[in-house]
Amino acid sequence: MIRATLRRVAPQIFILGLVLLLNFLLSPGFFKVEMHQGRLFGNLIDVLNRGAPVALLSIGMTLVIATRGIDLSVGAVMAIAGAVAASVVTEGSHWLVAVFAALGAGALCGLWNGVLVAIFRIQPIVATLVLMVAGRGIAQLLTHGAILTFNDPGLVRLGGGTIFSVPTPIWLWIALALIVGIVVRRSALGLLIEATGINERSARLAGINARVLLVAVYLVAGLCAAIAGIVVAGDIRGADANNAGLWMELDAILAVVIGGNSLLGGRFSITASLLGALIIQSVNSAILLSGMPVEFNLVIKALIIIAILVIQSPRIKHSLYLLRASSGTQPPVERPSAPRRRSAGTERITEEGRT
Amino acid sequence: MPTDITPVLHATGISKFFPGVIALDDVELTLYPGEVHGLLGENGAGKSTLIKCLTGAYARDGGKIELDGVEISPRDPLSSQEAGIGTVYQEVNLLPNLSVAENLFLGRQPRRFGMIDQRRMVRDARTILSEYGLDIDPARLLSSYSIAVQQIVAIARAVELSGKVLILDEPTASLDRDEVQLMFSVIRRLTGRGLAVVFITHFLDQVQAICDRATILRNGCVVGTLKLAEASRTEIVTMMLGRQLEEVTSRADRGVPGDVLLSLEEFGRRGSIEPFSMEIREGEVVGLAGLLGSGRSETCNAVFGADPADRGEARLRGDPLRLSNPRAAIRHRFALCPEDRKTDGIVGDLSVRENIILSLQARQGWFRPLPRARIEEIAEHYVQALDIRLASLDTPIRLLSGGNQQKALLARWLATDPAFLILDEPTRGIDVGAHAEIIALIERLRADGMALLVASSEMEELVAYSTRVIVLRDRKQVGELRGDEISPAAIVRAIAAEEEEVA
Repeated sequence: MIRATLRRVAPQIFILGLVLLLNFLLSPGFFKVEMHQGRLFGNLIDVLNRGAPVALLSIGMTLVIATRGIDLSVGAVMAIAGAVAASVVTEGSHWLVAVFAALGAGALCGLWNGVLVAIFRIQPIVATLVLMVAGRGIAQLLTHGAILTFNDPGLVRLGGGTIFSVPTPIWLWIALALIVGIVVRRSALGLLIEATGINERSARLAGINARVLLVAVYLVAGLCAAIAGIVVAGDIRGADANNAGLWMELDAILAVVIGGNSLLGGRFSITASLLGALIIQSVNSAILLSGMPVEFNLVIKALIIIAILVIQSPRIKHSLYLLRASSGTQPPVERPSAPRRRSAGTERITEEGRT
Repeated sequence: MPTDITPVLHATGISKFFPGVIALDDVELTLYPGEVHGLLGENGAGKSTLIKCLTGAYARDGGKIELDGVEISPRDPLSSQEAGIGTVYQEVNLLPNLSVAENLFLGRQPRRFGMIDQRRMVRDARTILSEYGLDIDPARLLSSYSIAVQQIVAIARAVELSGKVLILDEPTASLDRDEVQLMFSVIRRLTGRGLAVVFITHFLDQVQAICDRATILRNGCVVGTLKLAEASRTEIVTMMLGRQLEEVTSRADRGVPGDVLLSLEEFGRRGSIEPFSMEIREGEVVGLAGLLGSGRSETCNAVFGADPADRGEARLRGDPLRLSNPRAAIRHRFALCPEDRKTDGIVGDLSVRENIILSLQARQGWFRPLPRARIEEIAEHYVQALDIRLASLDTPIRLLSGGNQQKALLARWLATDPAFLILDEPTRGIDVGAHAEIIALIERLRADGMALLVASSEMEELVAYSTRVIVLRDRKQVGELRGDEISPAAIVRAIAAEEEEVA
């Protein structure tokens, strides 16, 4: 199980290593982690901390994309959740109440998306586009168009505080990933989600309740977005309806794609998506460290990401496979219908590979 | 074919491997002008892979292709088409929403002052199609004609574009008898013009009717090439299977059916199947016969709740039952192997193991996952019991041949221990060997007391396993045959009854 996961995420680990190395070359102090006033500081910690919102989003997004869907609304849901949390806490409620209210709002948004997709059969990209556009408006209504600031220590701590010297957002995304990952893989949920994503008709006919499953993944995506929204709001001590989570849905989708998950649904790996999120954040960090004028940032990011995607393309993968096959390490070869392995076949394939 | 004629296409040493699988191993194929060359083999023998290597849809991993003595190396189907190799697939891949003429000339429409010359296009299309014995209006939409006509239009397009070699991949699979004859006459016209035709099909009688020679593949290797005039049918089948095969149409002795399992009363669905009543007993195989579109699949889907019935009632062992969706049916130990394996059956990217346990797991619910050991045990058991041939249980099911996919789907349902098994065209697109095994399996399940409802378009098959045969016509049940009444001739008579009365 663990070995299979490692093999699955090997390309992402490799790429993350490369990008981190680039960071190190740009700034030799990159890997240095220091303790300062009971809080860990360092560029590496920054990557893990600043990457938290996208990492949180990518957990839910992975599940949605595994069902052959997509959720464009998560950025807007972040803004809604932040606005809800801020307005509840500024009205004097306990910060836990604010958190639950924000989570409730996120769940409601996810439910809305899920119902549009699963019950009304609207294409996911269109269904979630509605909330992507309207959601930011809802958030603005909640904050009355201003940045709603707060100073509640509980809420601030979720975005900017630490637990055991490690910034809270890092704990949050790791914990959420573990919970979702364990629930999905220890139950049959993962298999059923994958089956639904690959062939929904077959899945239904095999007795899978695809409708409830679809609503559930959008619900989870909404909850993930709500947590990300709380983190962002806590970090800046305020709910900014215009900018909180802006374009972040695209980074989340990108993280899932860099994680090697197909947009056509099916097989998925949350671990790989998280590595994707960290890769994106490391790229951001590298651009900052390079000291390039900010105007170049987006262009350089695009170039790096294109390079990452090309490395993962099926064509490159196939030539890597052929390279391995010809270098003597024999891939297991069997005839489609011969019950036993035949060594003659294995020899032939390596011969062919060499010529 | 005399060997002193130079072959139009000569492929040698063609090899293709996929990760973990050798799909083609040193395959040789020689085509002479004016011959119809059959390409035979079980599912998974490598026929489609060979075709795809010849047309450049796959990049071959070894070997040489010579066309008219010149070595070619098609990179994609377009370049092989330009070189002279045209292909027509079972599913017509033309554009149904364009006219026949537009389909024929797509990409090379005759122009006049820079505009498409519609009049000339239609005129030219008419001339071309008349050479194929087709007198139709080329200005009408392609979709307004039958599949057979569409096939011929596809052939005409392929020949116009290529003109040396024509590959027909199961062109007759969805045609009726007369249409097959029409197709054959078209093929004969083309060979008369010196084209070489490669003909792929599962129907051996069609092979013997039209082909001059045939190359037989098994497990990615050429077993032999033979002249059909000199070969017997048993010889061909033996070469395909690598073993002897008994004839399968004998009718086994039927035991006495048990209690009534399911009874349907005025059960029907608007626009899909007229209300019908039916009783199915334990230890009984009820066959559903009828032409294409007569309502066989619709009946299966309504009973399983896939397209739920909107009238009538169902009783299971006397108790009322709602069959509103597949999950409800599965809860009551129903199972359905659908007609279209690819879109309704398999979950292509999942492994064979996961496909086998999918329904059992779905019925167990999300939070009661089957233990790993149990999954392994179930999968291993059915792979052995049904002789599913695969490289490993981790293989994605889409890589399996049709017959093995079907067996894996049967395993999926048998794993749920069904009381009532619905099979919709269980042997469609399956090779001879798997065919016989599935028929034997149906007989065994019946003997063990399962109730089965089997829809099939193959009369001999229905005769072989059915205790009763229900005959459908125009989405209505029109007759029922029992016991010794059941014979292919009787089924055909029942299907055709109305037409005879009119006549």
